[in-house]
Amino acid sequence: MISNQSIETASYEIMKKAAIDIPEDYLAGIKSVASRESGELSGFVIKTMINNYQTATEDRRPMCADTGLPRYYVKVGDQAAFEGGFTGIERALRSATARATRDVPLRPNRVHPLWRTEHNNNVGINAPEIEWTFEPDADWIDITTVHKGGLFGTDYRMLFPGDGVDGIKRFLLDTLISFGKRGLCCQPAIIGVGLGGSKDTCMQLGKQAACLRMVGNRNPDPKIAQLELELMELGNSIGMGAMGFVGSSMVVDLHIEVGHTHTGGLPMSVHTFCLSSRRATARLHSDGSVAYRTDPKWFTPYHRRETIDWDQLSRGEAHA
Amino acid sequence: MLEEVHVSLPADAEAIAALKLGSVVYLDGVVYTARERVYQRVLNEGHSLPQGLGEISNVNFHCSPAAAVKDDGTYEIGGVTATASFRFSKYLADWLDLSGTKIIIGKGGMPGDDYQHVLAPRGAVYLTTVGYGTGALLGRGVQGVEAVHWLDEFGIAQAMWLFRVKDFGPFLVDSDLQGQSLFAQQGDLVNRKIDDLYTGLKEPALHRYGETKDRTDELI
Repeated sequence: MISNQSIETASYEIMKKAAIDIPEDYLAGIKSVASRESGELSGFVIKTMINNYQTATEDRRPMCADTGLPRYYVKVGDQAAFEGGFTGIERALRSATARATRDVPLRPNRVHPLWRTEHNNNVGINAPEIEWTFEPDADWIDITTVHKGGLFGTDYRMLFPGDGVDGIKRFLLDTLISFGKRGLCCQPAIIGVGLGGSKDTCMQLGKQAACLRMVGNRNPDPKIAQLELELMELGNSIGMGAMGFVGSSMVVDLHIEVGHTHTGGLPMSVHTFCLSSRRATARLHSDGSVAYRTDPKWFTPYHRRETIDWDQLSRGEAHA
Repeated sequence: MLEEVHVSLPADAEAIAALKLGSVVYLDGVVYTARERVYQRVLNEGHSLPQGLGEISNVNFHCSPAAAVKDDGTYEIGGVTATASFRFSKYLADWLDLSGTKIIIGKGGMPGDDYQHVLAPRGAVYLTTVGYGTGALLGRGVQGVEAVHWLDEFGIAQAMWLFRVKDFGPFLVDSDLQGQSLFAQQGDLVNRKIDDLYTGLKEPALHRYGETKDRTDELI
């Protein structure tokens, strides 16, 4: 049985880990980007960032003071046994957020949008966000937290089928150039691209693509995987590096997530995670054990609903 | 190799005049944080600056620390990172006049016009933080909190913090007393290649109002 208390404790731990420890896949990715960087200023920036990751781990202090908008992604296995219901989990997550904000400490970024008032603990109306998904044949709960800055590097556009890959490239360039100047989007970063769905799904897919997949991970559709590599190369050929200085370090990896969409449209979103891509995951098993990792394993075949029940549905059969 | 410089605070005119674009800077002394809430309080609402601020520090850091007030009333400073400065452009002339500030530290620099018409004529320069996420390095450079003002009213992120710092950096010199800008110079070099990237890509089916079509435009 997974208790609310163990959910609170594990969530507090991942808040801390995310803020302080750079994920290894991202560190390897940034080192690889740095090894190809010939711009002196851009190279200096990346070298300083790598030094900063090490300092954060040594001092147990956040890599970046802008600890973003801390939030959660929760995946619940069908066989997971937990107490307190779903609202019990949500209360535990809110408590962990407030406690971590005071103890790590995280910057209390969350304010009311109009009155700019705050509770100094990153908890408020509709905050932190908690996204839920489910997994068959599993007796665990995965809780992932992501700390992502919120002001720059994200954009949305309704393209049309006729715009095709040219339109996708054009909008990606527009976004990377406009937010890459002066380094406002804190590049080099993992870029997430959402294609399809409805407008809100499109934003969500792009965000999850940026934050919940590991560097080096490819979309299971080989043609989409190819497009990921092509767009990554395009981003790194802009001639812009860290902080918008002359260089080649813009994209550490690029992930695309897709959703079936309106026949007339091709909605697209672009999200840049930052130089301190902050994510951490805890898996709580029904026997009470907890394991920590940096790979959210969010995009399972079930999560993408790849082919789930397609045969049956296409024959018009009702679910058994 | 980029040149490395250490500056004692408050910075004197000579040290500021010697700063060259692209040099790496470390600071020793006291820096203060101030952003929109502090500017509004002093410049729009007419409140006084904390007494003696000018003698203690002439460095305004556009920063909100990841900080906490401990149960015994002392402060814990975790990470320290800058916030984007261009948003504070409209306050700066009056702020520099009133506070005697000579160094602005922040994220992303200010428009070139501000350097030429606001900062340089007042003997002030802009230093940018590096990569924007060096929160741990800068946090390590903070040795203690000299004072904090308006904490209860503005909250941790918007309060004015006075940090005693040592080997605080690295920062890069973005503007000098001639009003030049490293970001603008680098941006010009990047801009030369941009049109080529779009060559051969067809125009989008639907355009949008209010956008610039010139990708060399500054958006800040």
